[in-house]
Amino acid sequence: MATHKLSAQSAVRGAFSILAFLLLWELGSRSTQWIGADIFSPLRELLGGLGFKKTYLPWVGAIPAPTEVLAAWAGVIGDAGYWQSWYKSVFRVLAGFITAMLIGIPFGLLLAVNRTAFGIGFPVFEVLRPIPPLAWVPASIIFWPTQEMSIAFVTFLGAFYTIVINVVGGAKSIDQRYFQAAQSMGSSKWDIFKRIILPGTLPSIMVGSAVGMGITWEVVVAAEMISGGGSSTGGTGGGGLGFFIWNSYVGGSYQQIVVGMISIGIAGFFSSELLRALGKYVTPWLRLR
Amino acid sequence: MTAPAQTGSPSRGAIRIDDVVKIYDPNGAAVMAVDHCSLDIEAGEICMIVGPSGCGKTTLLNAIAGFHEITSGRIMLDGVVLCSTEKPKAEPGSDRIVVFQNGALFPWKTNLENIAFGPIMQGKLTKAEAKEKALSMMADAGLSGTEHNYPGEVSSGTRRRVEIVRALMNNPSVLLLDEPYRALDSLTKSVMHEALLEIYYKNKVTIFFITHDLEEAIFLGHKVAIMTSRPCKPKKILTVDIPHPRDYSVLTSKRFRELIEETNEAVHEEALKAFQAGEKEG
Repeated sequence: MATHKLSAQSAVRGAFSILAFLLLWELGSRSTQWIGADIFSPLRELLGGLGFKKTYLPWVGAIPAPTEVLAAWAGVIGDAGYWQSWYKSVFRVLAGFITAMLIGIPFGLLLAVNRTAFGIGFPVFEVLRPIPPLAWVPASIIFWPTQEMSIAFVTFLGAFYTIVINVVGGAKSIDQRYFQAAQSMGSSKWDIFKRIILPGTLPSIMVGSAVGMGITWEVVVAAEMISGGGSSTGGTGGGGLGFFIWNSYVGGSYQQIVVGMISIGIAGFFSSELLRALGKYVTPWLRLR
Repeated sequence: MTAPAQTGSPSRGAIRIDDVVKIYDPNGAAVMAVDHCSLDIEAGEICMIVGPSGCGKTTLLNAIAGFHEITSGRIMLDGVVLCSTEKPKAEPGSDRIVVFQNGALFPWKTNLENIAFGPIMQGKLTKAEAKEKALSMMADAGLSGTEHNYPGEVSSGTRRRVEIVRALMNNPSVLLLDEPYRALDSLTKSVMHEALLEIYYKNKVTIFFITHDLEEAIFLGHKVAIMTSRPCKPKKILTVDIPHPRDYSVLTSKRFRELIEETNEAVHEEALKAFQAGEKEG
């Protein structure tokens, strides 16, 4: 009952916060129109004194208003190219992210439980880890046979390091007492791995995944912008959302830039929600209270 | 491991600690934690180990449990050598179960799954049998209604009881308790003491119980070993001649007060020594 009330309340707050944000943005963008009114002359003088144009609020006035963005959105929403961009980016993010989980989780666990593997694997990992995924873009384009594979690879790197470092840290910080208790109660090494290390690391895996997912979106968008997103193969919108934004910029459609940005925001939000739901499902003991 | 009937007169669980020495880092700082310590605990006895914090009591417990090595000496359980100078580390086993200071229930398992864990691991019971036995033991211990909660969802007092029931599920010869009630408030503590005694009267296992609370020690124990501050060895061994079963009326009895008076000075002396040693180190 109480939690239900609380979530309703936070939903209202969330809606209010988004509406207020849109309203302020609208006002800011339209400052060219209202800032000319007489009562705002002191504000005009102040802006002028700071070196800005006296006709609108700095920064905000230069970007399209939400209503304009909405209109631009309505224009592309029926366009197959726009949805193709969505599909491309989501596909690349998922491919990179899932590969990173499939390789990163076992690799991290191996480093955590096996001292020899840690001694051999970790130094190399630690040298490669500081290299930003985007620094891999040129090498990746040269190395991989197709552009699609090179983008997937860079996306994979974005999530891989974060997942591995979280798995290793999580597994190593499991309380010694759990191992001792399990050992006393007759657990074999495999039992200890399956029933202590694996569940004990799950919360860290989920944290690493959430952070990794965020990095994956950052990387995929940048990689699409740099590489042209394989647009040559996929018609108008085959380059993903990153290329959609870049293309809009080159084409001078500022409203569409924002449409692309918000699309990525929405995609990222749903990715995080999906992971949060997954986390609740696989770590029910953390759902307390 | 033999598995005799659970009730009746205890025929197992006799511990003999024989001239045990533990030196940490013998080639470096060489800190002596346990100094030629000898102690006999009879089968089915509650033996309370009292000493100031950091005196080396837990080192002794870890040696019995098989978590740490000893430097020299010998520890035996029912005539079988657990560890000795030649074989410094005992094998951990389900005949000696530890209830840890801060608790070691697996947070990712429900209370029921925690309790059923041991017999499943040892292959003694199937999953279904273990759960059934766990359910009946939980009912006995007044834990009905918390079966499907995770440890993080119940009070710390309940967690301790769950952990003791989890230990007993393994049908151990010895329960090793390392200040299990330290973090509890005194009211919860008194409830826990009576609950522990109730469980003990039903199961009659040997209990090796570490504490720094003298009243707790005399209330629960057949035998109270007052340890010296580091290095640790028995300074005074007291036999508590108040008959079991006991309940909370014991606390106000004349004999209880006399025993406290008799031992209070020894405990205080060691606490003071430990405090001064700590001051020096600090």
